[in-house]
Amino acid sequence: MHFTVTTRDGAAHPVEARAGLSLMQNIRNAGIEELQAICGGNLSCATCHVYVDGVDLPPASADEDDLLGASDHTKDNSRLSCQLIFGPQLDRVHVTIAPED
Amino acid sequence: MTHFDCLIVGAGHAGAETAIALRRSGFPGSIGLLGAETAPPYERPALSKEYLAGTKDFEQLLLRPAEFWVEHEVALRLGRRATAVDPVAHRVTCDDHTAIGYGVLVWAAGGSPRMLGCPGHDLAGVRVLRSKADCDQLLAVLAHSRRFAVIGGGFIGLEAAAVLRQSGKQVAIIEALDRVLARVAAEPVSRFFEAEHRSHGVDLHLGSGVAEILGHNGAVRGVRLTDGTVLPADQVIVGIGIEPAIQPLVGAGAEPAPGGIGVLVDDFCRTSLVDVYGVGDCAVLRSGPGIRIESRQNATEQAHTAGKAISGDFQPLRLLPWFWSHQYDLRLQTVGLTLGYDQTVLRGDPATRSFSLIYLRDGAVIAIDCVNAPRDYLQGRRLVEAGARIEAALLADAGTPFKAIAAAAI
Repeated sequence: MHFTVTTRDGAAHPVEARAGLSLMQNIRNAGIEELQAICGGNLSCATCHVYVDGVDLPPASADEDDLLGASDHTKDNSRLSCQLIFGPQLDRVHVTIAPED
Repeated sequence: MTHFDCLIVGAGHAGAETAIALRRSGFPGSIGLLGAETAPPYERPALSKEYLAGTKDFEQLLLRPAEFWVEHEVALRLGRRATAVDPVAHRVTCDDHTAIGYGVLVWAAGGSPRMLGCPGHDLAGVRVLRSKADCDQLLAVLAHSRRFAVIGGGFIGLEAAAVLRQSGKQVAIIEALDRVLARVAAEPVSRFFEAEHRSHGVDLHLGSGVAEILGHNGAVRGVRLTDGTVLPADQVIVGIGIEPAIQPLVGAGAEPAPGGIGVLVDDFCRTSLVDVYGVGDCAVLRSGPGIRIESRQNATEQAHTAGKAISGDFQPLRLLPWFWSHQYDLRLQTVGLTLGYDQTVLRGDPATRSFSLIYLRDGAVIAIDCVNAPRDYLQGRRLVEAGARIEAALLADAGTPFKAIAAAAI
């Protein structure tokens, strides 16, 4: 299974994904270092902020919404990539890394 | 003799992130990552949270998949402990009597969990929760165990108690000081967490010491407190802190912090020994507050500083510590260090289960504890970073976001 990540320079990168790991882990494991994830996926920062297109997602928790709300670059399709677990429903999804806060 | 241009002793967060930072900085030499545990680098904070609760499996805890270390040419040497360092010969000796040569050594060995010293401390069923193996041993007996005595009211004890209570176990927490989290938080935060644990049915014993672990046929059957109370227990979890694993370094002549509480390092994480760095739970920053900072963030940032410095990019460590703890549906997020506070300001009402406590010293904000208040946590960082001087009434006004306060004041 694959998905695409667009980095801040506009370049699109295909990522081979592992189910059961978060989008953040998959992006990081693919060597895309600009996605920071400084708290390691523990809902204690907003540095793994991405825009997700092309798929219906399970709704964000109140905590995730709070953290996203604190970012200056939140859009309707904003999510914290550490909170989305990759599986068949996310195959071929398109993810864009949000600008740094 | 095996030789690595950079040998990292310790394959936890600090060790793994040092290797990652080295390769990211373009370090061209060979890298060896030596770990006493047989598990490859993984998320240690998750052990007392999701891993114990069974909501994440080990594969989800790996810091990087196995292929990553191969692709980046980081040689993992697991299940081996470094026992001696020869800083002149640039050589580390291991517990299997092999020796490994190094160009640069990074000591990321963390710490060993403190054990109880009282009678019965070595009975079967008395355990710590430092490593994956510790957790696996507990998980193996979890189903058959009903009553748990948790010794230590710090983060590990509280988190383990929360997971166990939510698994339907009977849980008692025994804390020697008069409140939980006494070493890191002020009274309002301690009392809040005590009330939450009690409301979940945890039996709290504060200001209590452990006189003896009682056994039957070599296994735990109870805990006798110093006041004579006997608590029946099938398992005892000891969460009373760690001792830094620095003996081989100090033995080699590295300057320890006063009291031997860690190895002293400069702002680039260099120890007093040439070509030897220290990072993570075992390190004490000379320019810092003189304590170990035992957090995932500290391990990662020191590791990145060391990795960059070794690669020739000297960026001094900037200290803005932060930390998180999950217990039940409570998320505590802390920015800054509360050490030496002389004033606190409460923001929000603990009865709503969402509030923050701001810590000040000499009128300047030094830390903020945020309970279920992520916006305060994210926006409050600026106040801590700047050592902002803000009127207590304004800090306490939950209606004025920290962002606005910071913008006006800084």
